[in-house]
Amino acid sequence: MRYLDEFGDPDLARALLDDIRRTVTRPWALMEVCGGQTHTIIRNGIDQLLPEQVTLIHGPGCPVCVTPLETIDRALEIASRPGVIFCSFGDMLRVPGSGRDLFRVKSDGGDVRIVYSPLDAVRLAQENPDKEVVFFGIGFETTAPANAMTVKMAQQLGLTNFSLLVSHVLVPPAITALMESPVRRVQAFLAAGHVCTVMGMSEYAPLVEKYRVPIVVTGFEPLDVLQGIRQALAQLEEGRAELENAYPRAVSPQGNPVAQQVVREVFETCDRAWRGIGVIPMSGWRLREELAAYDAEKRYDVTGITTEESGLCRSGEVLQGLIRPVECAAFGKECTPRSPLGAPMVSSEGACAAYYQFRRLEPAAVTA
Amino acid sequence: MCLGVPGQVTEVWEADGTRFATADFGGVTKEICLAYVPDVVVGDYTIVHVGFALTKLDEKSALETLELFRSVGLLDDELNVIQTPPTAAAG
Ligand code: SF4
Repeated sequence: MRYLDEFGDPDLARALLDDIRRTVTRPWALMEVCGGQTHTIIRNGIDQLLPEQVTLIHGPGCPVCVTPLETIDRALEIASRPGVIFCSFGDMLRVPGSGRDLFRVKSDGGDVRIVYSPLDAVRLAQENPDKEVVFFGIGFETTAPANAMTVKMAQQLGLTNFSLLVSHVLVPPAITALMESPVRRVQAFLAAGHVCTVMGMSEYAPLVEKYRVPIVVTGFEPLDVLQGIRQALAQLEEGRAELENAYPRAVSPQGNPVAQQVVREVFETCDRAWRGIGVIPMSGWRLREELAAYDAEKRYDVTGITTEESGLCRSGEVLQGLIRPVECAAFGKECTPRSPLGAPMVSSEGACAAYYQFRRLEPAAVTA
Repeated sequence: MCLGVPGQVTEVWEADGTRFATADFGGVTKEICLAYVPDVVVGDYTIVHVGFALTKLDEKSALETLELFRSVGLLDDELNVIQTPPTAAAG
């Protein structure tokens, strides 16, 4: 439909940018939480078109990037076992574990398959009753309904050869961690639109209140991102801190109650380690205790994992917005999408990959 | 992978008690699951993420947002008549 394309209209973008330029009188730092938005920003040069006083800080919203190394190593171990079909989203294959990645396991003979939807993994389990199918269930709240549905379907179909290796992460506790951090720089957040499509907006109101920080639910097209930025800057300039929705065509205040219900039935909240960042309390979902039969972590006894991160990779600082990818000495040298040292260089939502794709020819000084 | 992509539902069917659909993403068609959007019918646009429709796109609200953006543009044009147009690099 015509109207969908219009959210990339350059004339309207210019108008929004002009309006932003008129509004801004002081320096401000905003964080876009979601890696999808980081890509829109870098691809379209939005950060460079904004007034100089406005700094965009890239957030931790790349699920592939924050999946803990220990979980990746566990995945690698399970995927190497005979009789296992290990299914994952494509982004995960090149993510470095301690010394190797899923792609390597595959070329060494492991049965690793890329799926487009978690339901493909359920289908594989149906078609291969003599094999054990394990699905790598990662992602933010956006992906949780899809992953939760696989368990529902496996139950319904009576599958006993299907399990999920779960490493779900949640946005609101990450915002809390960033606000509690001693190096707190962020003055306003663009919240991830599709996370709110599922969860609604209510979880963010207490954060706005407690930290007096504007949060604007924002979409992913260039105009959506500009509008999110515009609303956040207007709040900052006017001294307001409110929860606003700049993406109403896809986000309602209550979110998707049907999806929330299924997620609640399948997952429960837990502490979660974020790669490069550390443990954030109650920031993850794991399978409920009574669904242990579908929990790959419980089904497969993986012991003796000793994780080893690359000594050069500064992904933790990148993910917390403390440095930009180009400030990492390995960027574009030891670390490229072909031979990544860290997950942010692999994922289609990783900040390092975005800079590599669109900015690597610029001197660091310009973009830093 | 967190990205949701808008697609138009072109066909709806049921399998094992769950609703599925074919959706068109600008010429590419894919099978999607409608379990989370009970009210979506053929012709609707939805945000699809990893094979699941997450919400029906609200066309009215989309058009209102665009209208709002256009009014920002119009305001600009009026202001530009009396002000020097902004010279900051664009594009
Ligand atoms: S450029 Fe590579 S090594 Fe540096 S932080 Fe990013 S992923 Fe890690």
